[in-house]
Amino acid sequence: MAKTSDKKSPLQHHFVHLNQQYDASQMGMWAFLITEILFFGALFTAYIVYRLMYPAAFGAASSHLDITLGAFNTAVLIASSLTMALAVHAGHTGSTRGIIKNLIWTIVLGSVFLGVKAIEYSHKFHEHLVPGPSFSFPLYPGAGSELFFSLYFAMTGLHAFHMVIGIIGLFILIGMAAKGRFNQEYSTPVEMMGLYWHFVDIVWIFLFPLLYLVLRHH
Amino acid sequence: MNSSGKKTNYLNASHTLSSWFLTVDHKRIAILYLITISIFFFIGGLFAALIRLELLTPAGDLFKSDEYNKLFTLHGIVMIFFFLIPSVPAVLGNFLIPIMIGAKDLAFPRINLLSWYIYVIGATLATLAIMVGGVDTGWTFYTPYSTVYSNGAVALTIVGAFITGFSSILTGLNFLVTIHKMRAPGMTWFRLPLFVWAHYATSLIMVLATPVLASALFLLFLERVFHIGIFNPALGGDPVLFQHLFWFYSHPAVYIMILPSMGVMSELFAAFSRKRIFGYEFVACSSLAIAILGFFVWGHHMFVSGQSMYAGMVFSVLSFLVAIPSAVKAFNWSATLYKGSISYETPMLYAFGFIGLFTIGGLTGLFLSTMAVDVHVHDTYFVVAHFHYIMVGGVLMGYLGGLHYWWPKITGRLYPEAWAKLSALLVFVGFNLTFFPQFLLGYMGMPRRYHMYPEEFQVLNVCSSLGASVLGIGYFLPLVYFLWSLKFGKESPANPWGAKGLEWEIQSPPTTHNFDEIPVVTEEAYAYAKEDGKHHG
Ligand SMILES: [Cu+2]
Repeated sequence: MAKTSDKKSPLQHHFVHLNQQYDASQMGMWAFLITEILFFGALFTAYIVYRLMYPAAFGAASSHLDITLGAFNTAVLIASSLTMALAVHAGHTGSTRGIIKNLIWTIVLGSVFLGVKAIEYSHKFHEHLVPGPSFSFPLYPGAGSELFFSLYFAMTGLHAFHMVIGIIGLFILIGMAAKGRFNQEYSTPVEMMGLYWHFVDIVWIFLFPLLYLVLRHH
Repeated sequence: MNSSGKKTNYLNASHTLSSWFLTVDHKRIAILYLITISIFFFIGGLFAALIRLELLTPAGDLFKSDEYNKLFTLHGIVMIFFFLIPSVPAVLGNFLIPIMIGAKDLAFPRINLLSWYIYVIGATLATLAIMVGGVDTGWTFYTPYSTVYSNGAVALTIVGAFITGFSSILTGLNFLVTIHKMRAPGMTWFRLPLFVWAHYATSLIMVLATPVLASALFLLFLERVFHIGIFNPALGGDPVLFQHLFWFYSHPAVYIMILPSMGVMSELFAAFSRKRIFGYEFVACSSLAIAILGFFVWGHHMFVSGQSMYAGMVFSVLSFLVAIPSAVKAFNWSATLYKGSISYETPMLYAFGFIGLFTIGGLTGLFLSTMAVDVHVHDTYFVVAHFHYIMVGGVLMGYLGGLHYWWPKITGRLYPEAWAKLSALLVFVGFNLTFFPQFLLGYMGMPRRYHMYPEEFQVLNVCSSLGASVLGIGYFLPLVYFLWSLKFGKESPANPWGAKGLEWEIQSPPTTHNFDEIPVVTEEAYAYAKEDGKHHG
């Protein structure tokens, strides 16, 4: 439990009380997530436009993604959302040990996801499916398949980048928790991180079916 | 009290370098922004001066075509991304919003400082790009020219613009949360100064539109650097998709620029007519209406880009609709004057100038959102004149008017009124002389982005260059007398204008925490006494 929690009050000078500070953090985080939705939204728009333009090419290209690894990663990410939610819950009950334990699990699961993603990327690299001058896709040589892989790498790459940022954030939270900064009254940073982590998960929940499942040729 | 016996304020609270560069005080951050954006304003102005110098004669005698392409591109990028977008919000908004709503700071002071650093990093990278070869794509970065053919430092410039975007997003986010959560007791939504309403609407656009530009630039960067196909038609991509994504931000960006200036206007008209703004609620809501409508008109930039005709018709009608809330503002400001006791100090001169220039800019916007007319004047100087009337005429009148109005509050010094009036006059005359001839040139068919033109266009081009010189002096004068006033200006009382608003109730310059105690608000905005405004009972 937090030993030195009263040494420094978490209330910043420009707020009147902790509730106001909490409300501000929460609204700020939600607003930030809305900007993220729009950021990814442009990519999803590009995906929709090109899929409508090149349905056959997208189907052929899509069937070259590894559905087993994709499904495994989806399960891993959902599990990490559970451990993140448990960390937030531990924050509310004031259990510093619970926070740290669950954040470590979240980091482990997040890293597994990134590791599997790296394996998938290297497969694509060996199969010459990375867009650019060396790209070749004999199965469907016309326009469109390269666009699919361009968007695949742009979208999953951006998603992976968000996971890396998230994992760095989790490490910082563990440091704060170890210093006894959180208690029953104040665990806002853990909660905000939770919102972010769930958001990144949800992006994947959209990416997985769009890239791996729909239009897949049997 | 400090050593010189003067009252402590946010400026003399501490003098170390780190007390400035690591400050979390919104007022000091506003000053940091003021200095940096002024530098970029004069860099952008230098490019403009070179353009006008080249266009003095029909022959291309000063620059080669590709050098000229770089000149107007850099002028556009520097002025839009590094001056106009941050101008009023980052300087005046930053300084005033917390004070106007009775708060000690923005909701996230450290994020506020971060956004300044992000701005500086982005702007530095873009400056670097200028030095290592420049960019010649136009500020719009249209593909596939920007990704495949251009030889300039496109990637570096894109990274600069991308990074600067996050500064804008964080500023908007900070304002939104501050206005929602930090208002003093009694400061209800409809008691907010209209300056705050305008910034609320602006922040919505910053937060909702900027990420889409970031995304478009991200894809552009990938295509440029890794030679992959996203927008390149040779690889099956669709260049019009890039234009859609680009204008989804860049049309609303015009409102990021103009709405804060409109907010300044409301403050000026109230203060110098000594009256409550006529139809306060309508002016407040018209800011929101402009912000919302502004998201659905971007296609008016693409009438000749191969967008479907039916899409064009919808975008055309929606663009007309923006005129309604804009006109609500202009009419309500004019109605505020009616039976007010008007005085003609410098900020009010800028306010009058704003109405004139904004009206011309706005009405010619209607010409351009009419598809048939747009096809005729597309990519001519008519368009150039139109958007300068809004983005320079409108925005800069608001920015300068606001800077004069709040200068005594920001610095604790009065500026020399006679010089300021002269510069306001020079700006107005110079501006019209520069840009009105461009309407005529465009209508006669002179295309934009060329450094040579037929002889019959010379007279109007000389007028324009002459006007630009006058305008340049008009912009340079404030720099001189503002700096002069810091040392020699008379010390300002708390409320030199006798204006209403929380910012005038605290000392000039304010203390670091603005208010010793959070104020309790008991009256509406602009509660000027009735007899003061010569109102009918
Ligand atoms: Cu527009």
